[in-house]
Amino acid sequence: MPDFSDVQTTRIQHIAIGLCVILIASVIGLIRKGRLREEYAFIWFGSALTLLFFSVFRRAFDAVARFLGIAYGPSFLLLVILFSGFLFLVHFSIVISRHTEENKRLAQEVAILQKLAEKTDADHGGAKDDR
Amino acid sequence: MGAPKMTVSRTAGADVLVIVPARNEAANIDDVIADLRAHAGPCDILVVDDHSTDDTAARARSLGVHVVRLPYNLGIGGAVQTGFRYARRMGYRHALQFDGDGQHAADQIDELLTPLRSGLADVAIGSRFLAAGGFRGTGMRRVGMRMFQWLSRATSGIRITDTTSGFRAYRAPAIRFLVDRYPSDYPEVESITHLARAGFRIVEVPARMRERQAGTSSIGLKRTVYYLVKVSLASVVSAGRPRKPRRDEQARADARKRA
Repeated sequence: MPDFSDVQTTRIQHIAIGLCVILIASVIGLIRKGRLREEYAFIWFGSALTLLFFSVFRRAFDAVARFLGIAYGPSFLLLVILFSGFLFLVHFSIVISRHTEENKRLAQEVAILQKLAEKTDADHGGAKDDR
Repeated sequence: MGAPKMTVSRTAGADVLVIVPARNEAANIDDVIADLRAHAGPCDILVVDDHSTDDTAARARSLGVHVVRLPYNLGIGGAVQTGFRYARRMGYRHALQFDGDGQHAADQIDELLTPLRSGLADVAIGSRFLAAGGFRGTGMRRVGMRMFQWLSRATSGIRITDTTSGFRAYRAPAIRFLVDRYPSDYPEVESITHLARAGFRIVEVPARMRERQAGTSSIGLKRTVYYLVKVSLASVVSAGRPRKPRRDEQARADARKRA
């Protein structure tokens, strides 16, 4: 197949590589500012590096697609995007569930400790026979 | 743990904690506490105020009972679980749930505790269906209750007639289990499945219940469908979960020790 769109491809490749570099840089920036925990940064690092790899070696993507028996490269891309997006969402649901549970537990402990602290205060007056 | 300060507010000799979950029950709480004081026998009363917007907590405090006020709304399950947590921390042998809306009757607490005290069961559930005169319910509610009966039997392997009853008593091993695992909303049906599968022995005791005295029930009509779907899903999913024999054995060992 004659490679007649070589100029355009190169241009979009440059843009893609540039965006990946920006993505990686902002992930690093967020970690340094303490706004992104390392455990989540791994996901974004992994994604950014994967994107970067396929931006640089554009044909590798088609090769992988062909290896998997997918004739049309972009449809493989769509599959990968959908699947990883889905995985990320499940992952975040798990994280949110865990946080909800921990938050609930914390609220319960706080309420109980507050009550015990009040009891100590109340010993100086206001406490009745306390049944 | 174990620091002397922690046991300061537990009445000497009392081994029963009555957990009263209450959300916006200022209109009922006086009667509920009065009923408990008159008929519940020796026990400590803990009102868990689920972040009410009225003065439920203040009223309860003025009555001299123990009050825990949650910093934000956790739902009935989260409120009752707070009670379990408190009971475990304070070392009560038994804890029972007694709703703050006045639908439960304190003179039946003794009967509810009997199977636990005699070592026959770890969990006792007050059942409206077993009570003299019985309980029928109407329309949609009846269909729902039938469905839960069936669902509960299918997922827990035991037959419970009143799966949505909130009038329940637990022994310490069950309390410890529930501290770590109790659903936030609509916990009744699901928790039966969890407890049964963890090897706890559950019995039902006949219990009358009153219509609520004032205010509105926490379960509105529009949430009924969510209730049905959520509970069904949760019960089925937890039934598919592998049993935990270690907990089971632990519970049985505890039961033998106490008996």
